[in-house]
Amino acid sequence: MSKFKKKKGGDMPAVNTASLPDIVFMLLFFFMVATVMRQNTLMIDNNLPFADQVEKLDKKDLVMYIYAGKPSSNYKSTFGTEARIQLNDKFAEVSEIPAFIAAERASKREELVPFLTTALKVDVDANMGLITDIKQELRKVNALKINYTTKKGNALQGLKK
Amino acid sequence: MAKRSAPEVNAGSMADIAFLLLIFFLVTTTIETDSGLNRKLPPIDDTEQEDVVIKEKNIFQLNVNRNNDLFLKTGGEEKVIQIKDLRAAAVAFLDNGGGTGPDACKRCQGKKNLRSSDNFDKAIISLQNDRATKYETYIAVQNEVIAAYNELRNREFERSFPNLGMNFVEADKRYSDARTPSSEKAKLKDKLEEIKILIPQKFSEAEPKKSN
Repeated sequence: MSKFKKKKGGDMPAVNTASLPDIVFMLLFFFMVATVMRQNTLMIDNNLPFADQVEKLDKKDLVMYIYAGKPSSNYKSTFGTEARIQLNDKFAEVSEIPAFIAAERASKREELVPFLTTALKVDVDANMGLITDIKQELRKVNALKINYTTKKGNALQGLKK
Repeated sequence: MAKRSAPEVNAGSMADIAFLLLIFFLVTTTIETDSGLNRKLPPIDDTEQEDVVIKEKNIFQLNVNRNNDLFLKTGGEEKVIQIKDLRAAAVAFLDNGGGTGPDACKRCQGKKNLRSSDNFDKAIISLQNDRATKYETYIAVQNEVIAAYNELRNREFERSFPNLGMNFVEADKRYSDARTPSSEKAKLKDKLEEIKILIPQKFSEAEPKKSN
């Protein structure tokens, strides 16, 4: 009865990988589209808080970013563990903010200057003292539109109580 | 001449190349958050200002101390309040409508408690925090206060323009969307302004106290 002879065991059929490139390309295109190249290298921990009453910042080119938070582990030895401000690619003092705003304004077309928004990307563990100092400097240079950048989510979830 | 078929290109390494690119983009990708709470800072005004007398019942005074506890002082009482209860308390305060005569609030639906706010226009929420308050707590408080205003604005927007089929926040989003046609924007602007004048965000932030 050779017709019903069992096949020789052992050799598993090879999985067809012909569609693998297609799958990989699909992923590739997703990431290519979703990627925004970072403008600044972060030297601080930047774990943003949550909020649910958020509004979107639409015009990316009209936003000035001010980062604040504790220096990340690579910089702890030189810059300590106290929360600091980062402007562009380096640590800065509060007093350097007006110069930064002026430089940002100078790089934009004049008619767009009134629409500039300052986005504060501040770590959850920062103290309000630092934020208040930043806000005070911004008021001095009349950069009044600000945005506390937050992640979308329940604002109460991170709180201990 | 014999017809030669074109040799097939070996595509076996295509997957490798694609993987290489994929890994590059995976590593460089940071999904940037670009949304947040929009606020406007008060301009610095050096000119001498006359002190404005505000009735104590119209102030909803919030104070966050260095241990991130929230104190609320309003309507003649002081208490510690949890942040999760803040939204409801703020809505109750703003919507109270305790005013009489010219201060009467037609659209308020609150308890009309005489020891709480007169109307939307008179009600002021004030926030003061310590320099050692954590940013996270501050954002949570800000969020809840904005939520209270949005809740009331949504309600009044829907009452004023029931046939629009959207609330204040949705209308505002539609207004700031670049794809909305300008004819619709012009219509929305008037309606949004009307509600903003009806329920102004009178939310003041006092300078923080020094704590040593």
